[in-house]
Amino acid sequence: MHLVSDNDRVVSVDDLNTSRLLKNARKQADIRKFDDMLIVDVDAHHYEAENFKDIIPFMENDVYRQLSLAQIAKSGRGVVNTTNFGFQDIGGRVTRYPLRASERTGPEKLRDIQIGERWMDAMSVDYSCLFPTGMLNIGMHPSKDMEVELCWAYNRWVTEKALPESGGRMYSMLCLPFSSPAACLRHVETFGHRKGVGGFMITTVRDDMPVYDDAYMKVYRAIEERGLSLSFHSGFNWGKSSVFQSCNRFIAAHALGFSFYNILHLTNWVVNGMGERFPKLPVIWIEAGLAWVPFLMQRLDHEFMIRSSETPLLKKKPSDYMRDMYYSTQPMEIQDMDALETTFRMINAETQLLYASDYPHWDFDLPSTISDLPFVSEKAKHNILGGTAARLFNLPPRNDRQRENLIKYGNLAANAAE
Amino acid sequence: MAETFICKKDELQDGERKIVAVGEDEVGVFFHQGRYFAYSNICLHQGGPACEGLIIAKTQELLNEDRTSKGLSFSKDQTNFVCPWHGYEYDISTGECDSDRRLKLRSYQVVEKASDIYVVS
Repeated sequence: MHLVSDNDRVVSVDDLNTSRLLKNARKQADIRKFDDMLIVDVDAHHYEAENFKDIIPFMENDVYRQLSLAQIAKSGRGVVNTTNFGFQDIGGRVTRYPLRASERTGPEKLRDIQIGERWMDAMSVDYSCLFPTGMLNIGMHPSKDMEVELCWAYNRWVTEKALPESGGRMYSMLCLPFSSPAACLRHVETFGHRKGVGGFMITTVRDDMPVYDDAYMKVYRAIEERGLSLSFHSGFNWGKSSVFQSCNRFIAAHALGFSFYNILHLTNWVVNGMGERFPKLPVIWIEAGLAWVPFLMQRLDHEFMIRSSETPLLKKKPSDYMRDMYYSTQPMEIQDMDALETTFRMINAETQLLYASDYPHWDFDLPSTISDLPFVSEKAKHNILGGTAARLFNLPPRNDRQRENLIKYGNLAANAAE
Repeated sequence: MAETFICKKDELQDGERKIVAVGEDEVGVFFHQGRYFAYSNICLHQGGPACEGLIIAKTQELLNEDRTSKGLSFSKDQTNFVCPWHGYEYDISTGECDSDRRLKLRSYQVVEKASDIYVVS
């Protein structure tokens, strides 16, 4: 294979083999004895657009299904919003993007599952939460009907085809068509009991997303009643947002966008007292890094002390509600260790932080980003890397050493203990 | 000092690299503009195979005298190799991380003997 370099030069490289690419991750896992520790990745991805020919037939509406099938027959993809562009692979520097098609897989199971197992085994990840990639932009789709149809089709495909082929190692929080509260409720009622469903996910890149609207209370209640989690997965919006169109470099739109959208919607969630309305609903904020959390805690607490008349449902400070929620680790800003330690303290990381790799995306994090932190206790490392998620999603240990560690740190889920 | 055989000279063309095992370590050996360079194949970021990715000129942005930008261009003076995991870039002639020169890959001496080249460790 060749990669495009400067001045039209090409550089020869091997075909992609995920296990070989991640051989150093496997060495890290062996040295750190990660196989003895249950590791749960709450945010990993596949490229669902490569499966659209199998996903689209699950669309219910005849017209949208025909439109979509005709589209993929022409271009292979192009069903999901195409206005969000970017340079994720940094011009091919992150080689698994341009080389992805060269990876060889067998016919025995879905290609996405085979590749998933390869990186999970390399990192010693026991379970991963499978999310789509392109459909993270579903909130920007101009057609509400298409959003509903695509989410329905994807959620049927992922629960009926993909997750079963993973042998229980992959689970998901299913993408909700947030533009339609009624459709969201139908999704929860239809898919909430299915094997491998740990909860539901809302993509936060949306122009109009009133998380506090009364129309959604039935949805949140339905998720809470089922003992499932609600997650908000962030993203960037370079192509469509009037705010981010002032960014001329991808780094700016990406660095700001992921934090911005979670900041926006978490703020609305907190000031409208959602923590009081749904105290038993686990809420997870995904893929915005962590550095924004202390900023927002301080900012909201400061204004709350003056403007509590605007937040009458709150019985404690906004930061206290933020500490009741969960945060995924990736992409963790490990630049100033003292600042990171402060962040962990403010989040209550020992109980509220969940490891995420985001693999195969360009800014993925290995489990060693947590295990190697000098200020984190052994208990917190076990909790963050998998123990807390094991309790949230009822995930059993995969060997005796993992079981011992889960018991030692109080993380053996009730269902998993049987 | 141990010497590890890399390859015959004519097996490594200018602009190419080889990854070789040196004891329990892996080393990336580059032949760049008539000189050999060798570095540890472990990225200082998260441990990726630092020497196995794209080799590409440094991207630069030069300014005019009035501080306006001349736009992006490729440097004619510096070539980087890029860790394929996340994109950390290293100066091929020094092993220094392009984003923070305080970070530097372990370097190895390369010696030529007759028609062979060796890494010294």
